[in-house]
Amino acid sequence: MNATVAERVGRPLIQDPHRLGHGGDGGDRAVGHGDGGPAPKKIIVGFGFWIFLLSDIIMFSAIFATYAVLQGATAGGPAGSDLFDLHNVWVETLSLLLSSFACGLAMIAAHRRNMLWTQLWLLVTGVLGAIFLSLELHEFADLIARGAGPQRSAFLSGFFTLVGCHGLHISCGLLWLGTMMAQIGARGFRANIIRRLMCFSLFWHALDIVWVALFTIVYLMGAGK
Amino acid sequence: MLGKLTWNAIPFDEPIPMAAGGMVVAMILGLLTWISVKGYWPYLWREWITSVDHKRIGVMYCLLGFVMLLRGFSDAIMMRSQLALAAGASQGYLPPDHYDQIFSAHGTIMIFFTAMPFVIGLMNFVVPLQLGVRDVAFPTLNSVSLWLTASGVLLTNASLVIGEFARTGWLAYPPLSELQFSPGVGVDYYLWSLQISGVGTLLSGINLVTTILKMRAPGMSYTRMPVFCWTALASNLLIVAAFPVLTATFAMLTLDRYLGFHFFTNDFGGNAMMYINLIWVWGHPEVYILVLPAFGIFSEVISTFSGKPLFGYRSMIMATMCICVLSFLVWLHHFFTMGAGADVNGFFGVMTMIIAVPTGVKVFNWLFTMYGGRVRFEVPIYWSIGFMVTFVIGGMTGVLMAVPPADFVLHNSLFLIAHFHNVIIGGVLFGLFAGYTYWFPKAFGFRLHEGWGKAAFWCWFIGFYLAFMPLYALGLMGATRRMQHYDDMSWHPLMVMAFVGAAIILLGILCQVTQLVVSIRNRDELRDLTGDPWDGRSLEWATTSPPPVFNFAVMPNVQGEEAYWGMKQRAIEEQRLMDEPSYEVIEMPCNTPTGFVTAFFATVTGFALIWHIWWLVVVGLIGAYAVFVAFAWRREEEQLIPAAEVARLDRERRHLRAQILPTLTRLA
Amino acid sequence: MQRAMRTRTLARFRPPLLLSMVLLTTGCKEGVLVPEGPIGTAEKMILINSLGIMLAIVIPTIFATLGVAWWYRASNRRARYRPDWEYSGRIELVTWSIPTMVILLLGGIAWAGSHDLDPPRPLASPVKPVNVEVVSLDWKWLFLYPDEGIASVNKLVVPAGAPISFRLTSATVMNSFFVPQLGSQIYTMNGMTTRLNLQADKPGRYAGLSAQFSGDGFSDMRFTVDAVSATQYASWLAGAKGKGATLTGEAYHELSKPSQNVAPISYGAVTPGLFDAIASRKPLPAGPTMRAAPIAAASPPSKKA
Repeated sequence: MNATVAERVGRPLIQDPHRLGHGGDGGDRAVGHGDGGPAPKKIIVGFGFWIFLLSDIIMFSAIFATYAVLQGATAGGPAGSDLFDLHNVWVETLSLLLSSFACGLAMIAAHRRNMLWTQLWLLVTGVLGAIFLSLELHEFADLIARGAGPQRSAFLSGFFTLVGCHGLHISCGLLWLGTMMAQIGARGFRANIIRRLMCFSLFWHALDIVWVALFTIVYLMGAGK
Repeated sequence: MLGKLTWNAIPFDEPIPMAAGGMVVAMILGLLTWISVKGYWPYLWREWITSVDHKRIGVMYCLLGFVMLLRGFSDAIMMRSQLALAAGASQGYLPPDHYDQIFSAHGTIMIFFTAMPFVIGLMNFVVPLQLGVRDVAFPTLNSVSLWLTASGVLLTNASLVIGEFARTGWLAYPPLSELQFSPGVGVDYYLWSLQISGVGTLLSGINLVTTILKMRAPGMSYTRMPVFCWTALASNLLIVAAFPVLTATFAMLTLDRYLGFHFFTNDFGGNAMMYINLIWVWGHPEVYILVLPAFGIFSEVISTFSGKPLFGYRSMIMATMCICVLSFLVWLHHFFTMGAGADVNGFFGVMTMIIAVPTGVKVFNWLFTMYGGRVRFEVPIYWSIGFMVTFVIGGMTGVLMAVPPADFVLHNSLFLIAHFHNVIIGGVLFGLFAGYTYWFPKAFGFRLHEGWGKAAFWCWFIGFYLAFMPLYALGLMGATRRMQHYDDMSWHPLMVMAFVGAAIILLGILCQVTQLVVSIRNRDELRDLTGDPWDGRSLEWATTSPPPVFNFAVMPNVQGEEAYWGMKQRAIEEQRLMDEPSYEVIEMPCNTPTGFVTAFFATVTGFALIWHIWWLVVVGLIGAYAVFVAFAWRREEEQLIPAAEVARLDRERRHLRAQILPTLTRLA
Repeated sequence: MQRAMRTRTLARFRPPLLLSMVLLTTGCKEGVLVPEGPIGTAEKMILINSLGIMLAIVIPTIFATLGVAWWYRASNRRARYRPDWEYSGRIELVTWSIPTMVILLLGGIAWAGSHDLDPPRPLASPVKPVNVEVVSLDWKWLFLYPDEGIASVNKLVVPAGAPISFRLTSATVMNSFFVPQLGSQIYTMNGMTTRLNLQADKPGRYAGLSAQFSGDGFSDMRFTVDAVSATQYASWLAGAKGKGATLTGEAYHELSKPSQNVAPISYGAVTPGLFDAIASRKPLPAGPTMRAAPIAAASPPSKKA
């Protein structure tokens, strides 16, 4: 039809003014890639949450960078090698990794709409996460009692903030987990609740990844010095 | 019980804050009383405060920005008048501890609470319409972002009458901002206001990135997006990447101040240079967050009012994304004089210059858009041409200071002040005013009065030059920034000239206020009947003015670049509208008080943290969590608009369009 | 109508033109454009050259913008309307090339200039440099002459024609040591030592200030640099030594209490090692009546900036 009109008018109608060469039906017709229209809600929520996670990782990076700069600023006080208990770190890591695994199992159960196993694996996730947190809090309390609290030096300020920020994220995650477990119990597996569970599991796994970076850079590299 | 808060926090003995605060409180009370008397509360609550509609949220953001422009400008006029008076032996009327708060508040408010909300507001309003979709990706989150920003505004302004504001400059460098040298609540007000509104901004960035990348009308591939959407994408990517750094940096300063940590203190190993690096890693992308959407606005305006497509669309996209990436590689040019060494200084100097290349390309592309066009001299074009002339001067002085040895004698001088006001006013603010005038009819259904708009432009343009060109000269004469008084009498005439310039800008602002009042009074004469008052080229002009809540009855099928222009030309050629589509039910998100209530608790928490009222902090946090749970627990997430209603609204639109179609001619 | 448009468009010229005329005629007796030393002179040269290079682009661009907008105004039917013209490879090549070439040139200037005028770089001069140590306090400047054992507050006397080698630190918050007519400024920071090299070519009095906001007394944080002939310098030194107070740790502690608008003070004797102790945050060296230094007991390693 356009061609006929163009013929009548004597010049082509404006369809490709920037001469990008694909005026009409080119390109990816898949949904969410522009040509197919807006993506479905699940994809939008997941994508948006990924962007949030990336921003969170950038926040961690800023704190990592500060830690790296202040690592040597011990102000005559203890350094990492004097303080870090790698055994404790190993148990914490194991708890967190297993917790992530349990979270994955919970997601599979949720996908199958199995209420019992979803709640059970979520509970295991939470318990393991709580074990991690309590070990970390214990470590902090111990350091403070030994006079190696965050006010002692810039290095310790950085350590407590970096590790503590991760711990704060874990705590918020546990609160979120508890709320989700209550909500699934009360409302069942509705579409929006499944989407939120997906976001939670992304969050939990991302914290695991941050932990890997953390224990490598802070504990393993710090204890070696 | 109330932490550090006592009656002494209110500055009863200081006339200026008491008078200003008194006036503001009186105005707010007056407004609230008027709303109550007229019975507008149910309407306001239902339609605006709890709205999750991107158009309403966009309008509220812009309103917030404009009101804060008045507040930030009152700081500016105080600074200019003080410097016009405080020459030689005179100390002016503002003692240092006041003056220091005023310039700190001026910068903080203008960047965070004027420019950012205005820019985000325009992006919020326009982007979904231009993409041909119904709303942003996360409408409720959008509302949360708006109200968290308002929370930051409230806290900062509360510091005028309860306590004090920071006396450190708008970036609060340590060690000056540490507890040892700023023991009062000022820096705490600063930190918590900006942390809270920063969360709002970050969420807004995530929202718009997701919208632009995952929600576009069918057929709208990336290279069919309007340039404003591209610049919005770049700006929001920068928000997502830069604001977390600000959050982390402020968190560390907060830990220093509240828990005695030693990130940036003078003792125990703290390193103030780390703060300066981090804050500018955020700070430089921030200015591009502000200016890129302004560039997008100019692209839209110049193209529309020249009657031609934008010249070099691909180039513009390339230039925009180059600027986006490069903006993260230049931060050290803000502190060449900190002594990083020749190699580091040289690297960052060169990188800063490289970023000037895509900016220059954009200016030329706008020039060539007008070339061969039919330029209609409406108010938005005035702002655009004013921008092109002014911004290149500001950009030039910026590249000048990017040469480290030149910066060694110009750093922190009034030359620097003139440069960044040159680019922010000439670039960002002129862009915002152009966008405001351009999209006002779309938002409200009537145009702004043209005569007052032109008067406002001339006052701003002339006032800007009178206010800031003297500052270039003063900087070269050795005048530094943030001075409360000065001895050199030869500076005095230039300071007076700058004050006169500020007064003329004040006239410009008054013209803008008058323009709004007059336009509202005469809205029937200024009515935009068709939804396309400017002969637009992008999809927002396909809707009515204002658009229905769902924007488009049927999402447009985009078949080429400049989607609406193509549709319009076809309609003109065929002298008929497209066939009536089949109308279906539309799902829209429900309004919710989540955003407002979250922000209420955020404000309470922030205030409590500032004044060390620990029990209230706990209450605020629990309240915020409760709001989150209540929102998550709601049953009704969406409301359905029946197909008949959709049909009715769309048929009205088609009727209006069909009426004017015979009057539209082909391109000659 | 056309004439009105033209007048209105050209009227845009008026404010900037008027302003530049006023500004050029306003007193430019002091400041960055009237340098009195090699550093300042080199920096002024770079400023003017860079400005010139860029004005060569900016001025035509401004004229072109106004010209194009005016010529292609909607009411001008003589202008050719090309509604479909929105791309030209040749023009793109030019619009990318012009800024790129300008930036290549300026980038070279920036890189070379950064190295040539790097503040710690000693000046090429047959004359032996005079060492001065600078401490920024709240809100005054302390100058120490380590080779002579004297000190002064808010007044710096130097021989003209000799390079001055500065080592700088701050007692408290960040400041920036700046003498506009001599050239580069440099930050002063607590716990760190920065370096700067300047020279005053001719005798004269030059204004100095802090260029980094440091608190309530910032505006009065002014000092004077008195460049004098070599003989006058020698006699000033001879006269200053032994006269006036001694700058001991105790006296420094008194001096470092916040004060504004401080009149110049001279010290005829200085406890050795005072600057290094201040800069590295170590306890101050003992003097006749010594008290513990107020700075924190922990002694972190000194950071060189």
